[in-house]
Amino acid sequence: MSSIYAKDPTGPLENRWEKHLFNLSLIAPQNRKKHKVIVIGTGLAGASLCATLGEAGYQVSSFCFQDSPRRAHSIAAQGGINSTKNYQNDGDSVWRLFYDTIKGGDFRARESNVYRLAQLSSNIIDQAVAQGVPFAREYSGYLANRSFGGTQVSRTFYARGQTGQQLLLGAYQAHSRQLENDNVTHQSRSEMLELIMVDDQARGVVVRDLVSGEVSAHTADCVVLCTGGYSNVFYLSTNAKGCNTSATWRAYKQGAYFANPSFTQIHPTCIPPTGENQSKLTLMSESLRNDGRIWAPKNSADCTKNPADIKEEDRDYFLERMYPAFANLAPRDVASRAAKVICDKGLGVGSKIQGKRLGVYLDFSAIIEKLGLDAVAEKYGNLFDMYSSITGENPYQTPMKIYPAPHYTMGGLWVDYNLMTTVEGLFAGGEANFSDHGANRLGASALMQGLADGYFILPKTVANYLAKNTLTEVDNDHPQVVQSLKAVKDRIQKFMKAPQPKHSPEYFHQKLGGILWEACGMSREADRLKQAIVDIAELETQFWQNIKVTGVDNDLNQTLERAGRVVDFIELGKLMCQDALMREESCGAHARVEYLTEGGEAKRDDNEFSFVGAWEFMSEQPKLHKEQLNYEFIEPTVRNYK
Amino acid sequence: MNFTLHIWRQKNINIAGDFVTYKIDDIDEDTSFLEMLDQLNEQLIANDEDCIVFDYDCREGICGACSLVINGYPHGDKKATTTCQLYMRDYKHQTELWVEPFRANSFPVIKDLTVDRSSFDSIIQSGGYISVHTGAAPDANAVLVDKPSADEAFNSATCIGCGACVAVCPNASATLYVAAKITHLSLLPQGKIEEKARAQKMLNQMQSEGFGSCSNHRHCERVCPKGISVSNISKMNQVLAWS
Ligand SMILES: Cc1cc2nc3c(=O)[nH]c(=O)nc-3n(C[C@H](O)[C@H](O)[C@H](O)COP(=O)(O)OP(=O)(O)OC[C@H]3O[C@@H](n4cnc5c(N)ncnc54)[C@H](O)[C@@H]3O)c2cc1C
Ligand code: SF4
Ligand code: FES
Repeated sequence: MSSIYAKDPTGPLENRWEKHLFNLSLIAPQNRKKHKVIVIGTGLAGASLCATLGEAGYQVSSFCFQDSPRRAHSIAAQGGINSTKNYQNDGDSVWRLFYDTIKGGDFRARESNVYRLAQLSSNIIDQAVAQGVPFAREYSGYLANRSFGGTQVSRTFYARGQTGQQLLLGAYQAHSRQLENDNVTHQSRSEMLELIMVDDQARGVVVRDLVSGEVSAHTADCVVLCTGGYSNVFYLSTNAKGCNTSATWRAYKQGAYFANPSFTQIHPTCIPPTGENQSKLTLMSESLRNDGRIWAPKNSADCTKNPADIKEEDRDYFLERMYPAFANLAPRDVASRAAKVICDKGLGVGSKIQGKRLGVYLDFSAIIEKLGLDAVAEKYGNLFDMYSSITGENPYQTPMKIYPAPHYTMGGLWVDYNLMTTVEGLFAGGEANFSDHGANRLGASALMQGLADGYFILPKTVANYLAKNTLTEVDNDHPQVVQSLKAVKDRIQKFMKAPQPKHSPEYFHQKLGGILWEACGMSREADRLKQAIVDIAELETQFWQNIKVTGVDNDLNQTLERAGRVVDFIELGKLMCQDALMREESCGAHARVEYLTEGGEAKRDDNEFSFVGAWEFMSEQPKLHKEQLNYEFIEPTVRNYK
Repeated sequence: MNFTLHIWRQKNINIAGDFVTYKIDDIDEDTSFLEMLDQLNEQLIANDEDCIVFDYDCREGICGACSLVINGYPHGDKKATTTCQLYMRDYKHQTELWVEPFRANSFPVIKDLTVDRSSFDSIIQSGGYISVHTGAAPDANAVLVDKPSADEAFNSATCIGCGACVAVCPNASATLYVAAKITHLSLLPQGKIEEKARAQKMLNQMQSEGFGSCSNHRHCERVCPKGISVSNISKMNQVLAWS
């Protein structure tokens, strides 16, 4: 084991970013167009970065796998984005958002980074409003706010239930503006399949054109990955179907450390699965918890009844009972585990899948009575519509059914204060990096982080890297480029021609998801994790023997795309279990059953585990490196939401 | 539930396509339309056949990736829904289904049910934005926006860029899509200043991408999954008329 360092500045927290900015090298405007940057991914983080770098005058090439950058998974974010504007004058401040984020992350995030994030949060809202993002407003014309999961101040800005859509369209339009100005080029329907390394520096990528199947190399001075999170490792999750780990996993295999892979967030308010052929789960925004009350029947005999027929005294408002101070707004992990405990006891509601009813009620009758139907529709209309079109039930009349589902991954590529990975010249932004959320992320903080990375941090730190390094041109017949291309082509042939083709990529993905959900989901335990590692290794062997991809490779072939993503997920799944096994404590969303209090809350072990676990790829066993976390400004406390 | 599916198969833009008939049985009514196609594709893999290609990503009606014309209707005949939000319980009474790609000159077929909608991106690139520098914006509350305008701007801004309006239009016009963006930005003080130039650039681009013009058939409004109203087109015309 060895140590790694974030290289964050020292001194007073408030001045660190400013001081750092002053120390970063700049490039004169006339020299910028000589530098080329590749950005993979054009979600919030990637699109905002391309727009900013393009505007500054750098040459930028961006890629995404969807048919348009406007369709990145960021589009699906519903609830909102945090900012320390304190427009509501309810005592919010940079310090409070910083404190809430560190505490919410259960003291497993880096102070300097989180403070910077809180500082930048205010500028993000200014930027978005100037771009025409139609945030919700009061009748006075001022911006409206709401309170969001786990906080006691109203600091969340929102655009009805479509905040991610509106923010992404803002960033997409800013990106489009640079495309029109020719500073930026963009290729959609293109998937990065390999990172090109030259002299230990990231110098390019191998990309497959998903329409023609053509594989090509692209070189640059540096590479930034903004490729999103990996919740789809669980097969069923709230993420878009295409979300994958391939870009970050390829980078890991080229030497970038992967940090805290087991820190994955399970979201408490999703629509429960109804059958075995389900392809994804849908999130019901957490904002619903502001006004909805969560309950389950007290008696198992009531579980199949119409909820309207269950008497008030037979309902268990379990979050209100267990956590009176935060009640229905208890943090995501706490709320998720509480729901799991209820359903494991046989008190769940909804369809029975493999012997269990996985659902609890989220009830709006009280608020409808108080505010009236119209006011509730104004606030949540599109979410209610979405729920009823999926389930065929009317949430204005019958309580919703909800159950936890994988939603967000705090883990990701390890990055230093400059958001550079352990590979020189390879940066990571947005959900793809591990940086700011520790062991658990607060609601409405991912959009904020993606945009802080893309609009404000990476443009400065990437420029600094370009200024400090003299990089010679890498052309397409460089041996490293040729070799990377060949490796990708060989791998594609392995998918196309397995020794005994038998099962589709979906088959392997579902198997993997099943293993991980049981062993590395909401609760984890040494024995189950050890078994899962064995099972996943076996699945991997089987994959290479039996993967079946029909069609041809020089064509639009979605089965081939899936095969590549699934096998990367399989390898990542194993590392997640290893990481969860190594971390003999519970913290945030990582709940090891051996380390929970009687009340089911996480028992952290700060003496042994106050570090970021960053894994280095090795052909035999991955090697763990530790970034020790030092709390200079906040005293780690026991999280108590009672 | 059992279905007979006639699905458009086309190798690429240069080779003529045709309907191929498939049968699929034992579909649960809570299965989504796309999950039904997933299951069909699993059958095709089992039979060593190339899968049917169709676009999707979020599967919750917000990314705009899914398309498909089902029994003649873009996104099916259910109002205000995307294809990915259709459930087989919606098809209890129609067990024979014809599934085709969105058809328009400016949306060439790539393969099977997948079309190229990059012409939509080009329209935004031509001017569908507010020209603000990143990093130098004034305080967000410095310019107030009255709530009715903000709400209306939001309604226009909810367009997901799916292209159903084009697919249904006899002229294959993208006017509703263009008008929604122009209206969104024009309703906000931040976007007002450039409005006329923006509208002209976007409409010119629409034409050069090969989309037709609007002749008030209003089919677009009926198929739009986000309920974008044709009043956006009137609003756009006002913007263009002011000099
Ligand atoms: C349903 C839902 C609701 C949410 N709601 C909220 C909320 O209310 N507030 C909040 O703060 N957060 C929310 N989140 C989380 C938040 O949306 C995401 O964390 C955030 O949008 C991620 O942005 P990103 O730019 O990092 O990645 P993404 O938006 O996922 O973009 C990834 C990009 O990378 C590209 N890409 C990926 N792999 C490759 C590859 N191999 N080759 C080429 N391109 C590739 C994709 O094409 C895409 O352009 C929500 C998440 C979900 C699932
Ligand atoms: S206006 Fe409606 S139909 Fe047309 S692209 Fe937008 S959302 Fe789709
Ligand atoms: S798949 Fe995203 S809108 Fe249908």
